[in-house]
Amino acid sequence: MKRIHYAELEGRVGYYAALGFLGALVLGGLAAAYYMEHHGHVVTGMTNEIVWGMPHVFAVFLIIAASGILNVASIGSVFNKTPYKPLGRLSSVLAVAVLAGGLTILVLDLGRPDRLIVAMTKYNFKSIFAWNIYLYNGFFAVVLLYLYTQMSRLWWVQRYKKAAGTLAFLWRLILTTGTGSIFGWLVARQAYDLAIYAPMFIALSFSFGLAFFLLVMIALYKSVERPLGLGLVNRMGRLLGVFVAAAAYFVIVAHLTNLYAAEHQGVEKFLLFGGNIYSFLLWVGFGLVGTAIPLALVFSKAARRSMTPVVVASALVILGGISLVYVIIIGGQAYPLVLFPGKEVSSSFHEGVINPYSPSFPEIMLGIGGVALALAITVFATKVLRILPTTLADEEVDPHLVIKDAEVVELKKAA
Amino acid sequence: MSEHKADPTFEAARRRFLQRIAGASALTLAPGVVLYTAGSDEADAKAPGEPLDPKVRWGIVIDTRKCTKECDRCVEACKAENGWDAKPGSRTDVQWIRKVNVKDPKTGFEMSLPVMCQHCANPPCVDVCPTGASMKRADGIVRVNMHICIGCRYCMMACPYKARSFVHEDLPEQNKRFHAPMGKGCVTSCDMCAHRIDVGRIPACVEACDKGAMIFGDLNDPDSEISKFVASFPVQQIRADLGTDNGVRYTRLP
Repeated sequence: MKRIHYAELEGRVGYYAALGFLGALVLGGLAAAYYMEHHGHVVTGMTNEIVWGMPHVFAVFLIIAASGILNVASIGSVFNKTPYKPLGRLSSVLAVAVLAGGLTILVLDLGRPDRLIVAMTKYNFKSIFAWNIYLYNGFFAVVLLYLYTQMSRLWWVQRYKKAAGTLAFLWRLILTTGTGSIFGWLVARQAYDLAIYAPMFIALSFSFGLAFFLLVMIALYKSVERPLGLGLVNRMGRLLGVFVAAAAYFVIVAHLTNLYAAEHQGVEKFLLFGGNIYSFLLWVGFGLVGTAIPLALVFSKAARRSMTPVVVASALVILGGISLVYVIIIGGQAYPLVLFPGKEVSSSFHEGVINPYSPSFPEIMLGIGGVALALAITVFATKVLRILPTTLADEEVDPHLVIKDAEVVELKKAA
Repeated sequence: MSEHKADPTFEAARRRFLQRIAGASALTLAPGVVLYTAGSDEADAKAPGEPLDPKVRWGIVIDTRKCTKECDRCVEACKAENGWDAKPGSRTDVQWIRKVNVKDPKTGFEMSLPVMCQHCANPPCVDVCPTGASMKRADGIVRVNMHICIGCRYCMMACPYKARSFVHEDLPEQNKRFHAPMGKGCVTSCDMCAHRIDVGRIPACVEACDKGAMIFGDLNDPDSEISKFVASFPVQQIRADLGTDNGVRYTRLP
């Protein structure tokens, strides 16, 4: 591998236009949060039954993705895969930015976001939520330290790159375990209470994170016209395929486990065969759009000739991922709590009925604002710091990546 | 000074001023004195600052054989006592207690019972609360510390009994109760009328039940009525399989 040169993002008008657009979305998200806090959650689609709504779908998706995005750096520095080494800095920055976006949504959706200081100073250590506060803050610290070891010019700091990378990799595994356990440890709900949620969330993070990273990397390199090798994108696309298959495996096993237990068959029938939005999102959203089609695309011959199949596959993995998180969070609450198994119940508190939910505009806007914040932080960081390699052409990154007889090698010309 | 003393209008003004100060002081202190006096009438009232007794475990036994489908006196009493009101069909209004109608589809057997916070010995809501706002008192009452609840709603996800409500909007001024604060953006639930128990009274729902279907008392005191009842009758807990060890128990569950 040749020596990698990193440089700040080129461009002025495009940069400010992108930042302006993302900034407007962030402001929209903040306005939505203010509106929700001022009037109370009564203006949202959330109720006493669907207590976590669309903001949580966005936030949990981003938190899962953030830990997965860091894998790209880990594959390079911890597992010594040459093609991934130049991507470590972008991977670290994007991981931190996406986590920040997700957490911002989560905090602004609290009933009392003004009491964030309470959440930071009072801890109940039996709560996995409280652990997560440490895991998220620790993730920022560990990944920024890792980024420092990658970017420092001091030789003795660089020596710790692999150690910091290993720590960050282990930390992210624990972090996603924590995120999965928020649901996996809920004994009361029929859809949750599954130990497999922790490893399932880790598998999902590999898949969502790589898809997110691929889209951002390709968008950045296309927009500033720096060379980006088709061989590299193709290799990462095929890895995405492996991750997508692993994620689907865990989701299938989770549902089979629940399906086998007679007490959980009600909720499984509701989610899998209910003929409702959740079964549609599970089969079509996650199964077809988020798994089958991306698998076909990334392993297709077309992916050796063009980046488009990998770009489309990544976008579909994200769509499928949001569908699955929606099914997990909203679908899990839509199915009523079972107080008296096998009995028909009714009450003024909507006992024994499927709980309806329609997300309101402010909830969705808050979610979009969080995504925009993550992207704005990334664009800003790549503009002011040396994050992106000047070239990611295959022959520069790793000669083994060059696809023989490739008809098109995109964006070959130097910026 | 001597000039002022000689001035009769100044003397009169001073006297009026002192009279008003005395009047205002009396008005300010009187309600407190009255309350203090009234409070001291309660035989088991705790002195301010006196710690709760961890040997006590408050509980309620509901004799569902006496509970009828039409009656909702316990619910109405709770509404009046704690200042909540649920509009019919509303999914965002607070509910501390509700009557649940249960039917066995195979046999047609029907019954009705009140369900509120079950005051678990191992409460999942307390386990999951990140700040410790969801807490269990030494005497077994589970409640929310409204000062440190951040409104994350994780306790609502964790509660197996659907006992908790989120305060989705500001409550009408006339509904607000000093002893049952329900701030917008926080989670709230039945606290077994802790404000009553702490002064030696019984919960409003138990007091309101005219069929004698609710027995309140100390489950740890072998001489209490509730202990004698649970010792002589096989009472049950809702979702006993979860091992939460509820303080609210029922004579017969479907």
